[in-house]
Amino acid sequence: MTRYSATTREWKGAYAHYDLVKELCVALVTVTLLAVVLTILFSSPDDKPSTIAQWSRTLPADFAKTAASELDGTSGTAEYGAPYNNGTGSVQHAAFLKPQEWLGVSHPIDTANAYVIEPLQTIPGDPTLTRAIVSYQSAPGKQQKAWAEAYAKSVEGAKASGASLRVPAGRYGPLATMMPALLALAQSGGLDGSLLSDSQFFQTDYTKPLLFMADGGLLEERAEQQHLLGEQWGMMNETGSYPGQSWLWLYTFWYQIEPFKSSTNADLLVVLVMTVLSIAFVLIPFIPGIRSIPRWIPVHRLIWREHYRAVEQSR
Amino acid sequence: MRTREIAVDALPPEKLLPDGQPTYVDSWIYVFGVATLAALITIVGSGMILALKGPAWWHYTGVGHFFNSIHLWAVELFFFTMVVHLWGKYWMSAWRGGRARVWMTGAVAFLIAVPAALTGYVSQQNFDAQWISTQAKDAMNAVGAGAFFNVTNFGQMYSWHILLFPIAVVAIVTAHVLLVRKHGVVPPLQAAELRGERA
Repeated sequence: MTRYSATTREWKGAYAHYDLVKELCVALVTVTLLAVVLTILFSSPDDKPSTIAQWSRTLPADFAKTAASELDGTSGTAEYGAPYNNGTGSVQHAAFLKPQEWLGVSHPIDTANAYVIEPLQTIPGDPTLTRAIVSYQSAPGKQQKAWAEAYAKSVEGAKASGASLRVPAGRYGPLATMMPALLALAQSGGLDGSLLSDSQFFQTDYTKPLLFMADGGLLEERAEQQHLLGEQWGMMNETGSYPGQSWLWLYTFWYQIEPFKSSTNADLLVVLVMTVLSIAFVLIPFIPGIRSIPRWIPVHRLIWREHYRAVEQSR
Repeated sequence: MRTREIAVDALPPEKLLPDGQPTYVDSWIYVFGVATLAALITIVGSGMILALKGPAWWHYTGVGHFFNSIHLWAVELFFFTMVVHLWGKYWMSAWRGGRARVWMTGAVAFLIAVPAALTGYVSQQNFDAQWISTQAKDAMNAVGAGAFFNVTNFGQMYSWHILLFPIAVVAIVTAHVLLVRKHGVVPPLQAAELRGERA
């Protein structure tokens, strides 16, 4: 191990006049001016957010299919697992490490009730709809699932004309009344408000509407157009041609290669790899080999070329 | 005042704010450390203006969008200058001579700045925020962090972004700068060090 002299600990050689405060002020003015110039030249991206109303109007069949999957428990959110429910679809583990399971359900979402039943119950003055909801709720679970699956199958053959949707007749019982009502509620903007307001007036938690939209196809369709999908290096990018979170390149990189690319536990594995690398990054001064590379590859001779030149000339 | 005596002993004024630097502090690479600090000040300044007017202001006013853009580009400059600074310090073996804590606080500053920026991206209230939050949630949930750090909860992310993470970043950067002042700028590698011998 290299031991360091008193000179390395504290410089005993020559000093030159230096004004640190002036240096910081000059740097602050320069960096701020640079940020202003970049602002004037490139501004910043601000693509409007998607809404459930927009989604249900532009892709009514996708909306109806997603709503049916929330009802029969086959959507991404319905099968997700912790922290939303007791599903297993997105629960990850690595060997004995099961942190997602250990932390449990902290933000419970019952998709059938949250996305379909409860919003429909907020529609006043529609006795036919009320009877349909009661009929659905009083039916056995097996029957409910059969109706939802039949509806989802019918939606496959549905014809959309603009915002309207014509679903072929099928054996989906009260859903024949409920699902068109849900589509109408969504297209009016009522579902956006219903999923957000919950039990109190002021709300800042968008978990429910965001997960519902993420189960559908609109966000993904927009993301693909904006080169934001996982295989397009995902969330380190942002809309437009902006640099985005380029500092996440190494994190995003792992998702592009095997075994992470095809693993169902990719997120956990990538975070574990990045945790190990982050700890190593902090501990570089103590890692043999890694800490010695700067002595083997003399980049320092470029950085301190004036100093080394002066030393060589003084010999 | 015992506290004052300890503080002055650890970091006397002539070290805290010196009027001279060793002659080897003569390279463009040194610019990136102070540029990172300057970018952080610009981030905090523009962020305070955005916070004063509230999270929706920048979506519907030109002035708001201007300050949001400054905030964004200051963040991009912050990370760029910080990464160059870190690479420079790596090639200098800047942890030599009892300076390991200087390197470690700098590395931790980078690691804390990453989620600080992420919470900003998911607090934008636009399509970027929708997409990034719905994608990032899977990694958070997979490690169990989703139970207490919900990236789809705008209110929670905004609080982390404008209060908790800035405090953490500024605190670790302050510690880093004070350690640099205490230990001084690392001297050039000497011949004996390059041979791996006692210098």
